Amino acid sequence: MNITQQIVNAIWLGGVYSLFALGYALVFSVLGVLNLAHSAVFMWGAFIGLVAVTQLNVSVWAAIPLAMVVSGIISIVLDVVAFAPLRRRNAPRISQLISSIGAAILLVNIAQLIFGTQPQRFPLGSIPSDPLEGLPVRITPIQIIILLVAVTLMAVLQYLVVRTRAGQAMRAVAFNQRVASLLGINSGNVFRMTFFLAGALAGAAGVLFGLAYNTITPFMGDSVALKGLTVIVLGGLGNIQGAVVGGFVVAALEVFSIAAGGSNYREAFVFTLLFLILLFRPQGLVGQAAQTRA
Amino acid sequence: MDLLRSIGITEIVFQLMLVNAILGLSIYLTLYTGMFSLANAGFMAIGAYVGVVLTQNYDLPLWAALIGGMLAAGVVAVPIGLPVLRLRDIYLAIATIGFGEVVRILILNFDTLASSISGESVQLTRGALGITGIPKITETWQLLLFLVVTVYILVRLHRSRFGRAMAAVRQDEQAAATMGINVVYVKNAVFIFSAILAASAGVLKAHLTRTISPGDYGFDQVVNILAFAVLGGTSTWLGPIVGGFVLTALPEILREFKQYRGIVNGVILLMVIVYLPGGLVNINGWKRLWRRIRGQPSVTGKIQDAETG
Repeated sequence: MNITQQIVNAIWLGGVYSLFALGYALVFSVLGVLNLAHSAVFMWGAFIGLVAVTQLNVSVWAAIPLAMVVSGIISIVLDVVAFAPLRRRNAPRISQLISSIGAAILLVNIAQLIFGTQPQRFPLGSIPSDPLEGLPVRITPIQIIILLVAVTLMAVLQYLVVRTRAGQAMRAVAFNQRVASLLGINSGNVFRMTFFLAGALAGAAGVLFGLAYNTITPFMGDSVALKGLTVIVLGGLGNIQGAVVGGFVVAALEVFSIAAGGSNYREAFVFTLLFLILLFRPQGLVGQAAQTRA
Repeated sequence: MDLLRSIGITEIVFQLMLVNAILGLSIYLTLYTGMFSLANAGFMAIGAYVGVVLTQNYDLPLWAALIGGMLAAGVVAVPIGLPVLRLRDIYLAIATIGFGEVVRILILNFDTLASSISGESVQLTRGALGITGIPKITETWQLLLFLVVTVYILVRLHRSRFGRAMAAVRQDEQAAATMGINVVYVKNAVFIFSAILAASAGVLKAHLTRTISPGDYGFDQVVNILAFAVLGGTSTWLGPIVGGFVLTALPEILREFKQYRGIVNGVILLMVIVYLPGGLVNINGWKRLWRRIRGQPSVTGKIQDAETG
C-alpha cells in the first residue's frame, strides 16, 4: 500500500465531500433543518453540467458556473415549495425533514423521467485525463482541478459569510431569526440566499463528482447523501469550518479502509464513526460546547 | 373482490398493504412517544434474515420464524436503544440511519466475515444477491390476524398507564420525568416494541415476496415506512394503517402512469406535510384545509403570519 498515493486520493475526494457537505451545513446553521433534498440538487448539478457540455457544447469551465447557478435556482424553488410553507406555520423541524424527503423523491424521479436511468458520462477529452508525468504518485489533472475548484469555492464562501454584509445578515438570522427580523433584516431573503448558496455548492460538487467518476445517474446522490450527513455530524452540525474538516476525515477513512483491503466495509466504518460521534461528541470534532443540542 | 381486482388490487397487493400497515405502526409507536427513530428498516432486515434462516435452514414453521425474528430484533434493540435514545430530534434520526446502514452492510458481508472468522465456507445471507426461493407461506388471514392483534394491543396500550406515559413523554419529557415517569424506561420499551413489530413485518414480508436482499432494507425503505406513518398521520393508530394502504395501493391503481409513480409519491408526501400536517386521518386538518380553500384564514393563522412577518 502506497501511503502517499492514498493521501493524494483522500485529499481530492475530501474536497468533493467537503464541498457537498458545506451546503448541508450552511442550511442547517441558518435554518436549523436538515435538507435531505440536498443530494438531489447535487445530482441535478451533475446532469446540468453534462447537458451543458454535450448539448450546448460549452467547455467544462463554463459548465461548472452554469450548473452552480441552475442548481442554486433549483434550491430556491425547493425552499419555496418544501420549506417556506412549513416555516410560516412554525412546523417542527421533523416535518421540514420529511418534506425535504418528499422533495428529494420528486427531484430524483423527475431526473429519471428526463435523463433516464442509464449511467451517462462526460464525452472523452472534455477534461485531460492522462496522469501527470514525473511524479512519484499517480495524479490526474482532474484531481488537481477538483481540489482547486473546491478550495476556491470554500474560500469564497468563507469570505461571503465572514466579511460581507450579506454574510453578516446570514449569521444574524442563524443566531436568532426573531431578533434579526426586529433589527430590519429581511429573513426571507436571507433564507433564499442561503438556499441559493447551498444549491450552488451542491451543483459544483455534482459536476466535479461526475467528472471524477464519470458515471452520472439519477441515483448518484444516494451514496453521498448519507456520507454528507456523517461529514456534517463530524464537523458539528451547522458548523461550516467543521464541514470542511469532516469532509477530509471521512474521505481519508474511506480511502484508507479500501487500501487496507476492507472495501466492502468502508461504509460500515463511516457509519460506525457517525454513530460513535453522535454518542460521544454530538457537538462534532471541532465543535464548541453543546448548547441546546442533542 | 372483483371490483378491487379490476382496479389493480390483487391478492398480493392486498397482502403487501397489510404488511406495510404493520410497518407503519412500528414507526408510529416511536413517533407517538416523541422519538424520531429511523431504525425500522434495520430491524426489519434482522427479522427477515433470522426468520428466513429459521424456515430455510432449520425447517421451522412460520410462527416459529416469526417469534425468532422478533426475539432477535428485540435483543438487538436493547443495546442500541440504551445509548441512542439519549439523543433527540435530528440527532436521533441521524444516529438511527447510521445503525440501519451498518446492519445492511453487515448482512451484505456476513458470509465473507463469518467465513474468515470460522475458517470454513459459510453461506447464509448470500451477499448482495440475497436469499431467493423462499417458500411463500404467509397467508392473508395470518396477516389480517396479526394486524388485528397488533391494533388490539395498541388500543389497550394507549388506555393503559404505560400508554399515558408514552403520550406524556412526547408532550414534555421533563414534565413527564417530574411527574415520576421513568422516561428512559418508557423510551427504551417503546423502541424495543417498535423493533419487534418491524421485525415481524420483515419475517412476514420475506415469506411473501420470496426473495430478500440487503438492498431491500436501505435508506429508501426507511423513507417509505416513514411516509406511511406521516401520510396517514401519527395522532391515532388508524393513521399509519391508512397511510400504508394508500401508498401501497395507489401505485397499483395508477399503474398506467407507471413512469410517474415516483413523482406522484413525492408530490403526495409534500402536499400532505404542507397542507395536511396531521395526515389523512385528521379531521381538523381537513377542516383547516377546507377553510383555506374557501379563503377564510383561521384566526391563529393570522397571528402566526404577523409573528413571522
